Amino acid sequence: MQRRTMLAAGLGLAVAGLMGTARAEDVIKIGEINSYSLLPAFTEPYRKGWQLAVEEVNAAGGINGKKLVVVSKDDSGKPADAQTAANELVSSENVAMLAGTFLSNIGLAVSDFANQKKVFFLAAEPLTDAITWSKGNKYTFRLRPSNYMQAAMLVEEAAKLPAKRWATIAPNYEYGQSAVAVFKKLLSEKRPDIQWVDEQWPPQGKIDAGPVVQAVAAANPEAILNVTFGADLVKLVREGNTRGLFKDRKVVSFLTGEPEYLDPLKEETPEGWIVTGYPWYSIKTPEHDAFLKAYQTKYNDYPRLGSIVGYQTIKSAAAILAKAGSTDTDKLIVAAEGLSVPSPFGEITFRKIDHQSTLGAYVGKTAQKDGKGIMVDTVYRKGSDYLPGDEEVGKLRPKD
Amino acid sequence: MSLGVSLLAVEGLSKSYGGIHAVRSVSFMLQAGEILALIGPNGAGKSTCFDMLNGQNVPDSGRITVMGEETTGRKPRDVWRLGVGRTFQITATYPTMTVRENIQVALVSHHRRLYDLWSPMIGIERGEADRLLDLVGMAGYAERPCGELAYGDLKRLELAIALANHPKLLLMDEPTAGMAPRERVELMRLTAKIAREQSIGVLFTEHDMDVVFEHADRILVLNRGSLIAQGSPAEVRANREVQAIYLGEGLLYDARHREGAPA
Amino acid sequence: MAFYFVQFLTGLASAASLFLVASGLSIIFGVTRIVNFAHGAFYMLGAYVAFSLTERLSGAFGFWGSIVVAAVVVAAIGVFVEMVLLRRIYHAPELFQLLATFGLTLMVEDLVVLIWGPDDLVGRRAPGFKGAVDFFGQNIPSYDLFLIALGPIVLGALWLLFQRTRWGILVRAATQDRDMVAALGVNQKWLFTSVFALGVFLAALGGALQIPRDAVHHAMDLRIIVEVFVVVVIGGLGSILGAFVAAVLVSELNAFGILVFPTISLILVFLVMAVVLVVRPWGLFGKKEAPARRTPGLTVIPWRPLSSVERLASLAALAFAAMLPFVSGNYALNVGAEIAIFVIFAASLHFLMAVGGLASFGHAAYFGLGAYGVAFLAKIAGLPMIVCLLLGPLLGAAGAAVFGAFAVQLSGVYFAMLTLAFAQIVWSIAFQWVAVTGGDNGILGLWPEKWAASPSHFYWLALGVSAVVVSALRLITFSPFGYALRAMRDSPLRSESIGINGKRIQWTAFIIAGTTAGIGGALFAYLKGSVFPDNMGISLSVDALVMVLLGGVETVPGAIFGAIVYKALNIWLVSQTDLSKLVLGIFIVLIVVVFPKGIVGVVESVMHRRRTAAPKAAPLSAKMEGAQ
Repeated sequence: MQRRTMLAAGLGLAVAGLMGTARAEDVIKIGEINSYSLLPAFTEPYRKGWQLAVEEVNAAGGINGKKLVVVSKDDSGKPADAQTAANELVSSENVAMLAGTFLSNIGLAVSDFANQKKVFFLAAEPLTDAITWSKGNKYTFRLRPSNYMQAAMLVEEAAKLPAKRWATIAPNYEYGQSAVAVFKKLLSEKRPDIQWVDEQWPPQGKIDAGPVVQAVAAANPEAILNVTFGADLVKLVREGNTRGLFKDRKVVSFLTGEPEYLDPLKEETPEGWIVTGYPWYSIKTPEHDAFLKAYQTKYNDYPRLGSIVGYQTIKSAAAILAKAGSTDTDKLIVAAEGLSVPSPFGEITFRKIDHQSTLGAYVGKTAQKDGKGIMVDTVYRKGSDYLPGDEEVGKLRPKD
Repeated sequence: MSLGVSLLAVEGLSKSYGGIHAVRSVSFMLQAGEILALIGPNGAGKSTCFDMLNGQNVPDSGRITVMGEETTGRKPRDVWRLGVGRTFQITATYPTMTVRENIQVALVSHHRRLYDLWSPMIGIERGEADRLLDLVGMAGYAERPCGELAYGDLKRLELAIALANHPKLLLMDEPTAGMAPRERVELMRLTAKIAREQSIGVLFTEHDMDVVFEHADRILVLNRGSLIAQGSPAEVRANREVQAIYLGEGLLYDARHREGAPA
Repeated sequence: MAFYFVQFLTGLASAASLFLVASGLSIIFGVTRIVNFAHGAFYMLGAYVAFSLTERLSGAFGFWGSIVVAAVVVAAIGVFVEMVLLRRIYHAPELFQLLATFGLTLMVEDLVVLIWGPDDLVGRRAPGFKGAVDFFGQNIPSYDLFLIALGPIVLGALWLLFQRTRWGILVRAATQDRDMVAALGVNQKWLFTSVFALGVFLAALGGALQIPRDAVHHAMDLRIIVEVFVVVVIGGLGSILGAFVAAVLVSELNAFGILVFPTISLILVFLVMAVVLVVRPWGLFGKKEAPARRTPGLTVIPWRPLSSVERLASLAALAFAAMLPFVSGNYALNVGAEIAIFVIFAASLHFLMAVGGLASFGHAAYFGLGAYGVAFLAKIAGLPMIVCLLLGPLLGAAGAAVFGAFAVQLSGVYFAMLTLAFAQIVWSIAFQWVAVTGGDNGILGLWPEKWAASPSHFYWLALGVSAVVVSALRLITFSPFGYALRAMRDSPLRSESIGINGKRIQWTAFIIAGTTAGIGGALFAYLKGSVFPDNMGISLSVDALVMVLLGGVETVPGAIFGAIVYKALNIWLVSQTDLSKLVLGIFIVLIVVVFPKGIVGVVESVMHRRRTAAPKAAPLSAKMEGAQ
């Protein structure tokens, strides 16, 4: 009996899988991979975003008359599984290009796969600088503003602060380490008078927040850089609030203004942190209004940053495919290099030199309103203004 | 008895656990081909003594010599390499292997082929294993899973395993415990026969006085860790102290009358 | 000075919550001998249920009531699980229960997302414990003080329960000797159920009490479970006082460790556990386990080499597998190669577990070392692929030689935990030593050379190596060495007294297993074109355990079938659904109930029964007990 149920469930899944793949001649397929089962909090809004984009593209006549289909796979948060999925998408589904990924290591794994198998890959969310610079390759493009860009945006604000004694708190892995390194380097360049008095490296996902907060407080910094996020951030903020760590101290924090990270904090939201993020409630541009309206109508929910990224990934991919007029990989690369596309944040360009898009981020301060965390005093920072010069980028990136 | 070095010489063996003297200054000798019984009431220190002899347990003081070589405090596997075979009160065999394989393992160890990674075990020392099985009267059991054996058969299997390294000395801890009376007699007769033929010295502990008095050449009596008497069965039987210890149990006197009587 | 004192108190507060969860695990293990992998899942459920309740019930009474009610509700779930699932498998081979609880954990992780949604949830602060207390200019959260007090209170309550009640005395007796209690006519079923309920209650309480300071999310279980294992092992399995002391030790080490070595906090606890186990093999307050009274399953069918018919059938199956490139596409070949590699990996663990009786919880370390070995040789030394494939696994061999030397001194769960500690240390180095290993971004660009680059060629390579490795391990299993290894597993006492140097045999086996796992890892690096710390992570070690148990730990070819079934299913599910964990979890739980000896184990016993016709194979465990 139980086994029969299993069998039925299995058959159902198989049928569902078959239904998803329409006939090959009149469709263009994009293979999409993300950490749906590991990071549902981020990938759910992301999925809604790209589904909206697919709908819009097809409503507007598809890509040069062909229907756009996105075949989506879970990577269960493991690089090895992401490559299995990429392989399936390329070998079995015959997708025109790969897109997606959230975690840096998975982005890099798929990027390396794309390089090896000569497949076009549009990385959606991974932040690591390596994906466009030190490990960049001809086949890989990236949408989101990188670690470096976010750091540069925050440093601009941090340099204006009077604080001279700084401490850092970052998760101890590549993302945290490189975020701190870039931030330190850029800030020290602008403000040689700054002293770095303490650094805390809690293990990612396992912060023991009390001791960390206590240790940072003991170093008595005037300002703190935070790179933790997710559940670690919640613990850090709660302990910090209770122990008064953030009182009379400036805090600069990566990504904390994104609804994914800010919303859970509710009444715990700290006041006045300088953060990058996505204040969907206060952006008043026609492009964003249109997106917001369409999103809220379709889902009856507000967008997170993931929604923007998902939406814009597929919108950009569609634009690249339309411009290339072909699914040939080399033509896609030529089409993508230097391509400008509209986005809810305004027009963005995929740079020829390093395949990084110029999508920017909002910088502002955290505040509480009606028991909810929001960003105030927000300014949009264009990505193009926070990237190093062409000569420096040329040095960072291996020759194709 | 032989004039050369004794097969086993024990001098002043002592062991205590937290102030309780389990074994107190025990000394004795055992010659090749001799069958020596170690008896005493429960808790007298027999098992502790045994464990020290084959290296399972380290004595606090004293000296153990096997064929002139000191083994005090050496590991069981080193003692075994000198030609000492051992059987256990609670049998220790390999339940997931067949009976023959149980013996093959011991043979392979004896021939120092334990690190042979490639040869199929199935053909190694098969004939010798079967010969040993035949010797203990288990010829038909070779393919049986050892885990299925009756307890008496396990005891015989242990004897076969103990004989695998052509031992000079056999240490048998209650070799017939848990067996039916007829089996006991058979096993001890078999042991005695092998010991005489191959000139193996045997030291065994035993609760069954029929077995002891019928088969032992000499008897050691242990009480509260000390050796209180040793000698031929007749001498031990006549010893007052021994009588006193066993009087409550009535074992010695019973034993005399029961000899030869149907069980 | 005040700072250090406050830091100490902070450590104590962390210790309290750790202790609650750890004591539950320790109690369950002590009595039922179940390594309850689902303990973290119950902890997480406690937090989720408490969150829902505290959001609905207001006021101080509502809050504290919710915490307790949540723990009771989850304990009831625990009782249900124990009665419906675990009771059926108490007599399955050792560690089989681990498989069942692992399946449960997978299910719970997906279920909480389905029920409570994917977002992190931040619960209310505890009424009356919202602020902080000033201590010479340092702030101590009052909730920390509450937790600091709670730890010893729970410890005291448990002590009273175990010392002063009849139930507690029975539990203690059962911890010492299960069979004895059964012999005394105690209803063992209900004793186990009640113990399980208490353990789960404590876990859920620990989870519920996290609400005011943590975020409630669907990965909480993994965050705590490993640390709790560490605490229980350091303290000594079954010892509640030990769990308390170890929890304090671990938490204080964390609290002060970050002041001295802020970057190695991840490794620190594992280093401590490794040192404790090496110095005191049974933990700080543990007692040496009575010589393992091995209960090798229900009946034992002696292993034997393949008959000639079976050998032909195996060759035919291999030939059949080798035909795959002629009938299927590149993706299937890619999956096929991955499965072949996992057959190698599972077979290597199986050799250690089934033949050697040594269940490693950190076998992925050697798989990963093999992969990193290849990566270093190819990227740094620039050696050709064939040389890398030959030499890369030697890093796995070296790791196994070093760690194995310590690990084989232990046995049972302690062996498992020491191997876990070593694996975590290796993983942490790969994860955090970015300069050398690239950290979690891994080492990229390790693609096969031309001769092996096409999917069909690589598939044949993987299949061929897999066939060779599996055959070699099988050959070793039936060689004198294999028998000596089994001999040590079956009876160390007998083995030592027939001249076998058991530890050295086991150490050699550990190296063989590590090397073969390294071969799998080396191939894996080329299959994926990259290596990541994931390749040596806990989840991979657990995967390997699941494969072996699924196939049947008491059989020779179990690992092969376990690897094929588990890996194929896993890849297929991940590709088809986001809820792969839920479906896989259900599947594992069903397998455990339907095939309590693993897939191959059940097939073999059916065939054996047919062959022997008469029910000769009497239950061995009964026999062994009779012998004592």
